[in-house]
Amino acid sequence: MEISVKINGKDIKADIKPNTLLSTFIREHLNLTGTHIGCDTSQCGACAIHLNGDAVKSCAILAAQADGSEITTIEGIASGDKLHPMQQAFHENHGLQCGYCTPGMVMSSIKLVENNPNISEDEIRKGLEGNICRCTGYHNIVKSIKQAASVMGG
Amino acid sequence: MPDGGSTGIGASVKRKEDYRFLVGQGNYTDDINRPNQTYTYMLRSSSAHAKFSLDITKASEADGVVKIFVGTDMDVGSIPCGWQVDSKDGTPMREPAHPPIAKDKVRYVGEIIAVIIAETLEDAKNAAELIDVNYEDIPVIIDMQEALNNANGLVHDEIESNVCYDWEIGDSEAVDKAISEAAHITTLDVRNNRLIPNAMETRSAIGDYEHSTGQYTLYTTSQNPHVIRLLMGAFVLGLPEHKLRVIAPDVGGGFGSKIFHYAEESIVTWASNQIRRPVKWTSDRSEAFISDAHGRDHVTSVKLALDKDGKFLALKVDTLANMGAYLSTFASSVPTYLYATLLAGTYTTPAIHCNVKSIFTNTVPVDAYRGAGRPEATYLIERIVDKAAREMGISQVDIRRKNFIPVDAFPYQTPVALQYDSGNYNATLDAALKKADYDGFEARKAASAKKGMLRGIGFSTYLEACGIAPSAVVGSLGARAGLFECAEVRVHPTGSVTVFTGSHSHGQGHETTFAQLVSEKLGISTDMVEISHGDTNNIPFGMGTYGSRSLAVGGEAIVKAMDKVIAKAKKIAAHIMEASADDIELNNGNFEIAGTDKSMSLADISLAAYVPHNYPHEELEPGLDEKAFYDPLNFTYPGGCHICEVEINPNTGEVKVEGMTAVDDVGKVINPMIVEGQIHGGLAQGIGQALLENAAYDSNGQLLSGSYMDYAMPRADNFVDFKVGNEVTLCTHNSLGVKGCGEVGAIGSPPAVINAVVDALSELGVDDISMPATSEKVWSAINNAKNKN
Repeated sequence: MEISVKINGKDIKADIKPNTLLSTFIREHLNLTGTHIGCDTSQCGACAIHLNGDAVKSCAILAAQADGSEITTIEGIASGDKLHPMQQAFHENHGLQCGYCTPGMVMSSIKLVENNPNISEDEIRKGLEGNICRCTGYHNIVKSIKQAASVMGG
Repeated sequence: MPDGGSTGIGASVKRKEDYRFLVGQGNYTDDINRPNQTYTYMLRSSSAHAKFSLDITKASEADGVVKIFVGTDMDVGSIPCGWQVDSKDGTPMREPAHPPIAKDKVRYVGEIIAVIIAETLEDAKNAAELIDVNYEDIPVIIDMQEALNNANGLVHDEIESNVCYDWEIGDSEAVDKAISEAAHITTLDVRNNRLIPNAMETRSAIGDYEHSTGQYTLYTTSQNPHVIRLLMGAFVLGLPEHKLRVIAPDVGGGFGSKIFHYAEESIVTWASNQIRRPVKWTSDRSEAFISDAHGRDHVTSVKLALDKDGKFLALKVDTLANMGAYLSTFASSVPTYLYATLLAGTYTTPAIHCNVKSIFTNTVPVDAYRGAGRPEATYLIERIVDKAAREMGISQVDIRRKNFIPVDAFPYQTPVALQYDSGNYNATLDAALKKADYDGFEARKAASAKKGMLRGIGFSTYLEACGIAPSAVVGSLGARAGLFECAEVRVHPTGSVTVFTGSHSHGQGHETTFAQLVSEKLGISTDMVEISHGDTNNIPFGMGTYGSRSLAVGGEAIVKAMDKVIAKAKKIAAHIMEASADDIELNNGNFEIAGTDKSMSLADISLAAYVPHNYPHEELEPGLDEKAFYDPLNFTYPGGCHICEVEINPNTGEVKVEGMTAVDDVGKVINPMIVEGQIHGGLAQGIGQALLENAAYDSNGQLLSGSYMDYAMPRADNFVDFKVGNEVTLCTHNSLGVKGCGEVGAIGSPPAVINAVVDALSELGVDDISMPATSEKVWSAINNAKNKN
């Protein structure tokens, strides 16, 4: 079947099998390998992207369901060489180690802050329920999100 | 100010590697695709112990299938174990054969029984459904005590016992004598719960054989590509090093689980020659749970003898250590030389004896996981010290101070082989007490009590051995490899530098920390330095990253290579400036003639070395590129104090970590930001072990905690802000004075957490709780205690 999506600002038409997961479509068909797969039960959040303005786990929906939608992946949030404030905050606060959960963390966190500009530490910790990191103990991720929230206009 | 300017030693330089990860341009193994690549799916045993046969006829004809291999197709060597441990009677450990694909018998759920290679992963998975497997079940051996008695038969028929080795260390007579004469004996039974490492990137491997050159390339998620090349090349596939390239690109976390040579690496490498096409395999998470080596899983009885004042006289430890069904690469060393040699901890206990029986069971192989042996040792020491203090009415702080190895006793020879070089355990304890606001604890406890909550505080004043080396020592203890490290420092013609290191970074930030070493020593900015790792064709040699060894061993190798660069650069400078090399001094990147204003920069010298028009050819070769191997004299001994404070809801049993303080002595700190990050991560894994994580098997050998819905991975809201600090005593046998920081968090914290839980429950008469201290377990302990009272 054919689907059309706007991904990172670019219109794409693709012929896919109906059972293709959105995460597979992003990684294998579009070669946007910044979106990662960390589990097979939709728990870890490494595959989080923005779909029509919401953070969603791309492993949990079919590419076919995204037909006609607008998608942003980790590759699409910086403006040229200028990092998104969330990316910048992760860098400045050592919010990443191996980097594997990072794209999903950043994508989820952006929406967490956009939806709650004055977010508290408690709300950040609860809001990260759907994203697992094994390296950082979340300590510096929480710090990063706090900083980004202040930059993003909280 | 840091010693060496803004990017030298001591500066929290922001990480050079961050950018590519933050913009989604990391290059992990599964991101790599080779031209004409095939995909493989590993069919795994669903039975824990069975004879089996399979019919692949239908599957072989399925759409897209290129080839299906079964065990008998793959006539190669056994997957090797890298460490020989001898039993106390002198006999070598029992080492059963470990074929990459099971031939006619399976020994754990998850063992590979067929390899389906197809044009797409979906084709391979669909074909796997068509394979008919017949299992003839054999009694399953899960419980270690039962396995010890061979009650349910043998995991391996060809060896006469389920005991891999029966090993001991220490003076059992002295220990027994001390115990018989002691004023007080404390006993404790502990289980160190089985854990699943769960690096967020699952394992992946691509085998790529090029027929025209006879060259094999393996892309793999490894912490030590050269070790994989050696183990797989020499032992399993019989491939010489010059025809085998192993690339471990960006790796998404390891925690030990990516040290080992796994069957899948041999399979894809071998199969790519069989089918003359690249073969790619990527584990999914469910598969990772039943195929990545697990960690810990000890059952231990401990006895501590004390005099009437609470001074430790002797420690007696008996441990059953689970090996799983086969010996993984370093499995045998974990419950012996990485465990029992640590049983002195930070204390002057004069007599120690430990017996370890390691046991085969029908479970996934068990091997090193963050800390590897040292968390198990620390746990039992710090738990029994806590219990003894309670029994004798001594404070948790006093009993520790009374028994600490004093600062003037270093180097300190323990009764269990190790010689500690440096440490100051009172200093880390004092700093931790302050940071944790110990003085305010009673007030916080009273406030909790007002809310109807129980509050407890727990200590762990731990020590570990890391910087895993030296070769001569580990060799005498049975290691089948050297444990040095190698580095090459290449100064390019215009003065920038590439360092080739045998250490491997999978989150540790080597690209930044190692660049800081160069910045400090050669006086150039870290922007001028690139760190290259993870490719056996680029790096001269390497033993890789584990046991917190990258800086203490790998970093020191870089320093040695830089020393050679500097020595040569001085000679070149001396020639050009017409001075004696002895008069050349290196200051802030300038090679100066002492006492004059004449100098040359590193870039001036390197240009002269590569464009050697005016050059001492009779004395020196052109170029500025030096290599060094470094094999340390001793392990390093980080230590410190972790203090945990918990609040428990007696109605639900829920344990909430209210405070986690860690003051560690990891020696000289190169990048404080990165060191703190390592400690945060370790603490999270330690608290995870203490409160949440547990790999549970049922009696049929099915893994009950086989997904993120069943295995409690720590989430952000399980933690509070960690309080981290450091106190420094320098390592005395490396030039940097560094000790290592990767594992301290996971080693020190679990007993602090459990001691805090026990402290909170002690008023109810509870004196022990096993890991993980889940709400259910704590609730039951509270209610059992209430019923008893």
